[in-house]
Amino acid sequence: MHELSLSSAILATTLRHAEGRPVRSVQMRIGAMRQVVPESLDFYFGIVTRGTLAEGAALEVDYLPARLRCGDCAREWEPELPLFRCPGCGGAAVETLSGTEFGIEYITVEEEEEAETPCIAPR
Amino acid sequence: MHRTKVKVAEDALDANTTIANANRADFDRDEVSVVNFMSAPGAGKTTLLERALTGLEARVGVLEGDVQGSADADRLSALHLPVVQLNTDSGFGGECHLDANMVRSALADLPLADLDLLVIENVGNLVCPAEFKVGEDARVMVSAVTEGEDKPLKYPLMFRTCELVLINKVDLLEHLDFDLDRFLYHLDAVHPGVEHMLVSAKSGEGVDGFRDWLERIAGRAPAAA
Repeated sequence: MHELSLSSAILATTLRHAEGRPVRSVQMRIGAMRQVVPESLDFYFGIVTRGTLAEGAALEVDYLPARLRCGDCAREWEPELPLFRCPGCGGAAVETLSGTEFGIEYITVEEEEEAETPCIAPR
Repeated sequence: MHRTKVKVAEDALDANTTIANANRADFDRDEVSVVNFMSAPGAGKTTLLERALTGLEARVGVLEGDVQGSADADRLSALHLPVVQLNTDSGFGGECHLDANMVRSALADLPLADLDLLVIENVGNLVCPAEFKVGEDARVMVSAVTEGEDKPLKYPLMFRTCELVLINKVDLLEHLDFDLDRFLYHLDAVHPGVEHMLVSAKSGEGVDGFRDWLERIAGRAPAAA
């Protein structure tokens, strides 16, 4: 359900960087800990972009796994459930290596062709 | 026409964070501590505030977030506190959470310079409010024992981004199958070491501890020994 709020945030950032140009695609990286449902994000992105310069833009998302590291024993693992204690030593000083990303990497926009300047260089 | 790739390299929530930082600067200027108070609908946020804010020494104000209506603000106004109602259906599209911009729009109505503490009662929801910082010093979430032991595992972002968890409605424990140890085990797995308190907004059990916590956040009481 939070995909609607998140779609609105993605749209706002996209339009700011598009600077008035029509947007064709948005490339993102989203970590597993954001608990985003891909189909739901696509659905809401399609709705919030209606009537904007990003209408019809493709949302291309690289979904990243959650990866944690124990600060006590240096073990690294990818949790299936949101468990933040080290499965090896039980330590709580766990560092998140990846999984919280919610970044827009690139957008692709349409540019008007610049008016052709006739070549008047002297021979 | 041709296509151009524009580098963005920005968190999609950065715009919200920028406004949250502006709120933060205003709060710092007026030396007011801010608590973002969150829970699922019906967990008992307003009743807990009625109890805990009564007798609080710190000068407190409340920003009351709801999709619609002013029922909660009306209840808290009875405590003779400055209360401002923020409805997310008027101009904000019926949002299920408060974001930094909505909070910003209400700041002018609050006497920030006369407050030690501002409690922002968020819209009841365990998902979206956790995503949007509003400029708070601390986050408190309420989880009622009627909600089940598995909630930390289902809403890890909410349970991980708070500084205090109030386990409410403990007066009902004897009538429920709720396994408190199992809840605490899940809470510790999701957010190891997070502070928690057992409270009952109905009987008042544990509310003194929460009030003391608020006094500390507001800078009105020494840190706990």
